[in-house]
Amino acid sequence: MADIKLEKVTKRYPDGTEAVKQVDLEIGDGEFMILVGPSGCGKSTALRMIAGLEEISDGDLLIGGERVNDLAPRDRDIAMVFQNYALYPHMTVRENMGFALKLAKEDEGVIRERVDEAARILDLEPHLERKPANLSGGQRQRVAMGRAIVRSPKVFLMDEPLSNLDAKLRVQMRTEVSRIQQRVGTTTVYVTHDQVEAMTLGDRVAVMRGGVIQQVDSPKNLYEKPQNLFVAGFIGSPSMNFLPAKLEDGRIKLPFGDAPLPDAMRSVLEGGNGKSRDVIAGVRPEHFEDADVEPDKEGLKFTAPVSVVESMGSELYAYFDIEHGAVQSSELNELAEDAGLSDLPTHGGGDVQQVVARLDAASGARPGGEANLVLDTQYLQLFDPSGGKSLVNHEG
Amino acid sequence: MEAASVPAADVRPRAKKKKLKTGEQQKTPWWMWICVVAIVVFCLFPFYWLINTSLKTGPDLSTSALFPPNPTLDNFQSIFKDSNFTNALKNSAIVALATTALALIVGSFCAYALARLRIRFKFAILAIVLTITTFPQITIAAPIFKLWRDIGLYNTIPGLVIPYLTFALPLAIYILTSFFREIPRDLEEAALVDGATNFQAFYKVVVPLAAPGLATAGILTFIAAWNEFLLAITLTSSPAARTVPAAIAFFTGSTQFEQPLGTISAASVTISIPLIVMVLLFQKRIVAGLTAGAVKG
Repeated sequence: MADIKLEKVTKRYPDGTEAVKQVDLEIGDGEFMILVGPSGCGKSTALRMIAGLEEISDGDLLIGGERVNDLAPRDRDIAMVFQNYALYPHMTVRENMGFALKLAKEDEGVIRERVDEAARILDLEPHLERKPANLSGGQRQRVAMGRAIVRSPKVFLMDEPLSNLDAKLRVQMRTEVSRIQQRVGTTTVYVTHDQVEAMTLGDRVAVMRGGVIQQVDSPKNLYEKPQNLFVAGFIGSPSMNFLPAKLEDGRIKLPFGDAPLPDAMRSVLEGGNGKSRDVIAGVRPEHFEDADVEPDKEGLKFTAPVSVVESMGSELYAYFDIEHGAVQSSELNELAEDAGLSDLPTHGGGDVQQVVARLDAASGARPGGEANLVLDTQYLQLFDPSGGKSLVNHEG
Repeated sequence: MEAASVPAADVRPRAKKKKLKTGEQQKTPWWMWICVVAIVVFCLFPFYWLINTSLKTGPDLSTSALFPPNPTLDNFQSIFKDSNFTNALKNSAIVALATTALALIVGSFCAYALARLRIRFKFAILAIVLTITTFPQITIAAPIFKLWRDIGLYNTIPGLVIPYLTFALPLAIYILTSFFREIPRDLEEAALVDGATNFQAFYKVVVPLAAPGLATAGILTFIAAWNEFLLAITLTSSPAARTVPAAIAFFTGSTQFEQPLGTISAASVTISIPLIVMVLLFQKRIVAGLTAGAVKG
């Protein structure tokens, strides 16, 4: 077991493109760290650099306090679970799991014992003599995990280990991964593009974009206190709604009405510049509520023409459009592109912004009808239109 | 949105119809079977006639009956008594096996480099390698004859193995490159992380997975080296290094008036047997899809 430290780690390809730019990251001993971000954000490259499969162009990588930049993967004492599992097809499950120990010239009896134990943890005992081709997807995934844990390495590295499983199995394996990591207590770096996995698995999550770490924090803080538009938009499902807004005389003007700024927010903003300014307001879908269901709820009340309703059983997503409401921010457009949101149905494009509200299942919202909604303004997020930095959550 | 949903709804019934069509039992028409039989007879008849001839002696040799009138194994007995033939058989085995082994070892290194490393002009290199196999052998026969005479490789076994590699190696490289390319790189990376050196990752993971490719390349180079005639007859002068195809050409009848046709046929049948055995042995390896299950299936 060991801690991992990345100091200004950079990956530069021969053609000059930088996949990872000056990344600083400290991962504590036994910590479960998630690297998350859209495809091409450099998270996998960062992981492969820790593994030693990718050369580090610049900066230092320390595992357990020792600089390992120039060590071959086999000398770093790490285990990796690959996205496609990379099981050796010509070996049985037992041989697959014992391969690393065999290479380390471990005693035959010891290998047997350790493989048996790992198989017991992973519930693979009946399959030990089978070949990977005869296993189901979930079993293969467990073998890949088993191959990592038999060695008791200093560090586990996992590269989207669940992305090849179907949805149901993925949820099941997610808890399994978490259980195993807690049981063995090994420092783990886990790469995923799935923000749900990131939120549920990690002790801490590092959100990456374009080779740069945007924010490293606990899942709760990422969700509640995103430091910029990108993190706010990336974390959460359905994602945060972004609306153009104006701050004026201690009030916030939103497209569907204005409300006094909550006190907590006002005190933070007071230090800012001037009285009237344009901002981007971020609203999580769950901070809307149906005013007819909860008439006592405080907040900004308004009526919205509902266009689409998705019922989830326990809750209900109501979509409505805001005319002249499209947020004009280059950062936000880039974010939409980055996160693959650009092809989401924003009807007609142009100047219409679609907003989603998560309402109680008892809500009477109907497509084509009107809904009385109430917005809890104290959870509003405010962002600078130029640069996308949060105006309410500051680093540290 | 509506416009998009219309073709989507349209697709399903169409797909269903297609499925129904392919689901019908398709019978192989009778004329197809006739063609198959005709082709098989056409291909195998010469070989049958070879066996036929090898079982005949003396005046029987000139009959054209479909079955030998007095089948006998005399021809086989006489060729195995002939030290020229048994020697040639031994030489052939050594030459073919050495060529195959060298081609596979050197070829697998080359192919691995071509499949995995970032090399400039990779395609050009592969194309040149392949072009070499198309050169007529007669173009190198004369220069090599001269060269071998000068440096003392003439009429030796290495003197045959080396020129054979000029066609065996490109063949092996070409076949193995495509096999190595098919093996997911993740498997090697997994091996590296598991503690293997680059070479261990190669021979413990890549080579076993490329076994069907090695078998294919091996069998083809073995056949080519085993059957080679032109260089064998040009570069040998005595039974010391002469291989079977060349030795057969020197067969003579026991008297001046006897045709060596029977013994030639018997020798030809004899040298065909190892090839048939090899193909049958390796067929399973070649067909086996070993990489199945390596990655998500």
